[in-house]
Amino acid sequence: MIDTLMLSRIQFAANISFHILFPMITIAMCWFLVYFKIRIHTSGDPVWMRAYRFWVKVFALTFAIGVVTGITMSFQFGTNWPGYMETVGNIAGPLLGYEVLTAFFLEATFLGIMLFGMDRLSPRLHTLATVIVALGTTTSAFWILALNSWMQTPAGFEMRDGVAFPVDWMEIIFNPSLPYRLAHTLIASGLTASFLICGLSAYRILKGDTKRAPQLTLKTAICVAAILTPLQVFVGDLHGLNTLKHQPQKIAAMEGVWETQKGAPLLLFALPDEETRSNHFEISVPKLASLILTHDSEGEIQGLNEFINEHPPVAPLFFGFRIMVGIGMLMLLLAWAGAWQLIRRKTVNTFTLKAFLVMTFSGWVATLAGWYVTEIGRQPYLVSGILRTSDAVTTVPASNVALSLTLYLLVYAGLLVAYLHTLFLMARRAVEIEEISPQERDETKPTFPLHSSPLVIKEPTS
Amino acid sequence: MMDVTWLHVFFGGLMALSILIYAILDGYDLGVGILMPRGNVLQRDQMIASIGPFWDANETWLVLAVGILLIAFPDAYNLVLKELYLPATILLIGLIMRGVAFDFRAKVSLDNKNTWDNIFKVGSLTSALAQGYMLGQYVLGFDPSWASQGFSLLSAICVAAAYSYIGATWLVMKTEGDLQKQAASWARRCGWVTFVGVASVCTVNPIINPSVFEKWFNFPTALLLFHIPLISIALFITNDQILKRIPLDKDFGCWIPFLGVVGIFFICFQGLAYSFYPYVVPGKLTMMEAASATESLEFIFVGTVIVVPIILCYTALSYRVFWGKATQLKYY
Repeated sequence: MIDTLMLSRIQFAANISFHILFPMITIAMCWFLVYFKIRIHTSGDPVWMRAYRFWVKVFALTFAIGVVTGITMSFQFGTNWPGYMETVGNIAGPLLGYEVLTAFFLEATFLGIMLFGMDRLSPRLHTLATVIVALGTTTSAFWILALNSWMQTPAGFEMRDGVAFPVDWMEIIFNPSLPYRLAHTLIASGLTASFLICGLSAYRILKGDTKRAPQLTLKTAICVAAILTPLQVFVGDLHGLNTLKHQPQKIAAMEGVWETQKGAPLLLFALPDEETRSNHFEISVPKLASLILTHDSEGEIQGLNEFINEHPPVAPLFFGFRIMVGIGMLMLLLAWAGAWQLIRRKTVNTFTLKAFLVMTFSGWVATLAGWYVTEIGRQPYLVSGILRTSDAVTTVPASNVALSLTLYLLVYAGLLVAYLHTLFLMARRAVEIEEISPQERDETKPTFPLHSSPLVIKEPTS
Repeated sequence: MMDVTWLHVFFGGLMALSILIYAILDGYDLGVGILMPRGNVLQRDQMIASIGPFWDANETWLVLAVGILLIAFPDAYNLVLKELYLPATILLIGLIMRGVAFDFRAKVSLDNKNTWDNIFKVGSLTSALAQGYMLGQYVLGFDPSWASQGFSLLSAICVAAAYSYIGATWLVMKTEGDLQKQAASWARRCGWVTFVGVASVCTVNPIINPSVFEKWFNFPTALLLFHIPLISIALFITNDQILKRIPLDKDFGCWIPFLGVVGIFFICFQGLAYSFYPYVVPGKLTMMEAASATESLEFIFVGTVIVVPIILCYTALSYRVFWGKATQLKYY
């Protein structure tokens, strides 16, 4: 029989995993929409409006799922983790409160204006509403990551009678891991949205869509992905170094380092074994882990032996990290291949289009893998060094949690299927609908929007 | 140093205000969902169009109310959600289903649209019933007895009827033609159900809740409550008379019934708040007992004073932008 603790952990993981899929798309996609709107103003080319109209539908659907699954989160702390609020409520509460006050209302209200107000507002005011929604989603990411980072690397507080009290709010908000986590997550959102846009645009083109809009959105998203992937490698490295400094046990688990050692090898593959506290079937590159983490091939890496009973389970971190990095590498490869083709041949070949289609939701996989690494990596603590997960759990009977978990899983499975189905349905419909006026088509028929440079797009401005 | 008691009263008041605003705003859009007619897709489109720009922001008031409970009264937050574990789960699933159905319906084929509309209707109804049930349980301090279950069921029906009532009057205000007439007849029926519901809750509540009895029937404090039933009854009757005459000449005053229901919500809520002050969980926890650290409240207080007026301003702006009758469903 699984107990309330395990069920609550699974339920929280299920809720947050399902929830995060959608904000990861919308945070960055809204800035894409802002870009499309700005291009409408600057170029006057109606194709940008069509790009906007297609993607705003995807955005609206994604946003709606993100909102309603997010409401669940605000109840979860109380229903399943009462110890969390009892111990750190004085800190978590205001951070969540600021998120609601400065972000949720902003994005929700202006989303209504953005989605339904196009013919009730001047074009510029409508673009302003779009910008405000984008600011709202990004602000929301800031606050929730401030809280999450504080749970990883708590600062600016003092403990009195087992309860955390705030001392310095600036230290609490801008705690040591926030800048890295925020940058890493925002770029991840950029990549998730870019690859979704690339994938669905590629799908439309593969389905025989000869209109300009999917070509243009594909190109825009490839450019963004080509810039963001190397940036993400750089920021991810910084984030790793920051983790090494503040949570060395997490790095040790990610790298499968059981014993403290100098000149630690980078494990490409291994099967970590918690029983024997060692790895099987290691494939490694000598000294590379030390070189990456300490920038010195003989640098010392603290092993898990220094954190007995205080370190997270090794296998999920070890594999999660490799999945994230592996997908990151594929993204880099594909984004650059696409960008290179755009520069050289001004078009993307069918094989690359298919690759983009396969990678449509790669951002989701990488995001989840990365979040599992960082969140499981915080275990056995809920708040590093302050509150153990097992001390925070509810006294609600296991059967009730099992029931709610079952309901959530059923709903989420249904929603995920409906969401994916609807996205591709919308894309297929967009293929069929003739959006282009005959005159416009004549102008663009000889070559599809394939221009000199991937960043400068010259369109006929009829 | 700020006065501790004063801060707690401030946040208690703000929480009450956001619950009231939530009940009014999400009340009308949940109500519109509950009223969705199965046979008439055109009317459903119009109804959805009337709430489209608002529902998301409306639900945010629930997040704010729960947020303040969490920030200012963490012990109460833990207690309430632990006791209401299953109804809260059902409420959340209802809200999830209706929120997504709203968006899916616009993007799928006609067959599936009917399915999503059904999900929207059922989700709205489930959410309203769950809220009413939770309210009943909360009012009785989570008493597990059969009497209290019965009271909570009554409260569930009452809240669903009240939401349908405000939803129907919203439609009277925001639509025209056949749908407006239809909405007026819905509103009258829901109005009577709500009236009977509120009246029976008011009768049962003091009988099973001694502390409420004391507050309601002890002179001279009872005088403070005297206006509540009077004004409520007056509003119910006025509304019914106006709704009977829909469509009005030149549609003059089509917004009065909606405002009337807002008045009823306001006054019932006032009665409820008065009955339980200073308890944040009736009979279990007072505001002082459940309160969080002053440092935390001071920090969030600063933000609240600055941001809440701004929120109210842009909420008003959004209603200004979509002023007048809801136009034909035009998605983006």
